[in-house]
Amino acid sequence: MLVFDNVSKVYAGGKRAVDRLNLEIEEGEFVCLIGPSGCGKTTTMKMINRLVRPTEGKILLNGENLLDKNVVNLRRSIGYVIQQIGLFPHMTIRDNIALVPRLKGMPAEERYRRAEELMELVNMPKEFLDRYPHELSGGQQQRIGVLRALASDPPLILMDEPFGALDPITRDSLQAEFKNLQQTLGKTIIFVTHDMDEALKLADKIVIMRAGKIVQTGSPDEILRHPADEFVEDFIGKERLAQARQQLQTVGQIMNPDPVSVGMGETLSQAVRLMRKRRVDSLLVTDGAGVFRGWVTVEMIDRHKNWDAAVADIMETDVPTVRADTLLRDATRNILVRGLKYVPVVDERKQLAGILTRTSLVDVLYDSVWGDAEDESSGLPADGEGA
Amino acid sequence: MDSLQNFFSEYGILLLEKTWEHLYISFAALALGVIVAVPLGILLARLPKVAGLIMGIAGIVQTFPSLAILAFFIPLLGIGKVPAIAALFLYSMLPILRNTYIGVKNVDPNLLEASRGMGMTAIQRTVRVELPLAVPVIMAGIRMSAVYLIGWATLASFIGGGGLGDLIFDGLNLFRPDLIIGGAVPVTLLAILLDWLLGRLERTATPVGIRMEREGA
Repeated sequence: MLVFDNVSKVYAGGKRAVDRLNLEIEEGEFVCLIGPSGCGKTTTMKMINRLVRPTEGKILLNGENLLDKNVVNLRRSIGYVIQQIGLFPHMTIRDNIALVPRLKGMPAEERYRRAEELMELVNMPKEFLDRYPHELSGGQQQRIGVLRALASDPPLILMDEPFGALDPITRDSLQAEFKNLQQTLGKTIIFVTHDMDEALKLADKIVIMRAGKIVQTGSPDEILRHPADEFVEDFIGKERLAQARQQLQTVGQIMNPDPVSVGMGETLSQAVRLMRKRRVDSLLVTDGAGVFRGWVTVEMIDRHKNWDAAVADIMETDVPTVRADTLLRDATRNILVRGLKYVPVVDERKQLAGILTRTSLVDVLYDSVWGDAEDESSGLPADGEGA
Repeated sequence: MDSLQNFFSEYGILLLEKTWEHLYISFAALALGVIVAVPLGILLARLPKVAGLIMGIAGIVQTFPSLAILAFFIPLLGIGKVPAIAALFLYSMLPILRNTYIGVKNVDPNLLEASRGMGMTAIQRTVRVELPLAVPVIMAGIRMSAVYLIGWATLASFIGGGGLGDLIFDGLNLFRPDLIIGGAVPVTLLAILLDWLLGRLERTATPVGIRMEREGA
């Protein structure tokens, strides 16, 4: 829908606020531009509604160069929300919401009906329409600010740190409400912020910028899982990364990759020997291609007197497995709900990759609960600072 | 009490005539001042580089002695009401110009950014955002100008412009305190009345939302 093709903004004196930026934004995407102040994120956004004119390169909106369009019509077709809210104090809430439709020449009756519809959309009472901006709280004002941007139903909305000036509780509820609204209405959003939590919460795609360049682009999960460099890591923050790592750890990362397995064709006596040698009470069974088939336990062998039978004859085949790339948080739930002691881990070709035991889960738990505390306490005596 | 009655019976008609002349000169100058200074002030708010220079010049003009200005217009426009109005107009400019400039300049830049981003044209931004928001400040300038003008208009008498100044200067020349008071009191009353009326107008002209916001605060 929106394509930045080698776009730069160079200010007098040669400062490159935005430096040869390439970016593609799909329809319906919620894109967060994020970075430290002065990284060019706001400049990048303002080039879309031409509040800032690019020095080089071109920006295509649905295939058309933005600079070829009539600037006033262009802006009327793009929603715009700013941090300072910018409601007009001399207009009622109704007139504020209906402003862009009015500029576009929509008759009064129609645009006021639109204002009422929008108020319903966010569950705000219609009485507010007759009030003036100063009579509303900051959170209510910014809700109106968002509605004003939605009034003419633009497919694209630009938001410049819209929730930055609100108190944390109001911000949280507005974020949730807005994300909901965006998904319902299917709008494309370009959202500038410097708050990583906000970006992680809202974005489909996060664009991290630094000194006018894009450092990394990706979904919140991708960025948390694979920060491109140290700058991104620092920007996300150690704490958040550690938290995310647990959230995003996969089964493959913590499983025991060397499970005790036995071929389908082996005899029970061979299996028992293996169990004794490795000191385990069950074996995972694989076929010649390494594909996981089932398991045998010491009880199953014990019940079956004929130790010359093949493992394949007595093994339990109805065994739950888990894929190595499953997120740990999903797998854990499964294991706990079913009360399993362990789960075989398979790869995408169903080949046995490892085993996830309760022990490995407990290790993760230790790491997350006591891992940091241990580091701190071990440092304490040396520092001579008691708690 | 008798002398007051005598004064009115003798000078009543003249007083009315002179009051009318006085108002006429003042309002003509004020109207010209508004017509020129308000648009100029808006323009200057857009041209910060030129603004300093123009405001400086207007400030200097303001310091010229009023009599000198009036006299200055005699060789250009002769005597009578026209040069008087022209001179007073020059004076009325500065308060209106300065207040318009400041009023427009002080409009929250975020509002202008929002209106630009929403696709208002330059004219729409001026008419729908800047002017309504600057109205209280502009009106205060006009009000100040009007009160000054009522005072200064007495000097119009010097160059044959008429007005209540005629009574005052006649009184001074003829050692007639009753004429001096008879001219000065109406001038004062006019100034007070006009100040009050324009104060009402200022309130009416202020957009409701702004007025409520101020009175609430």
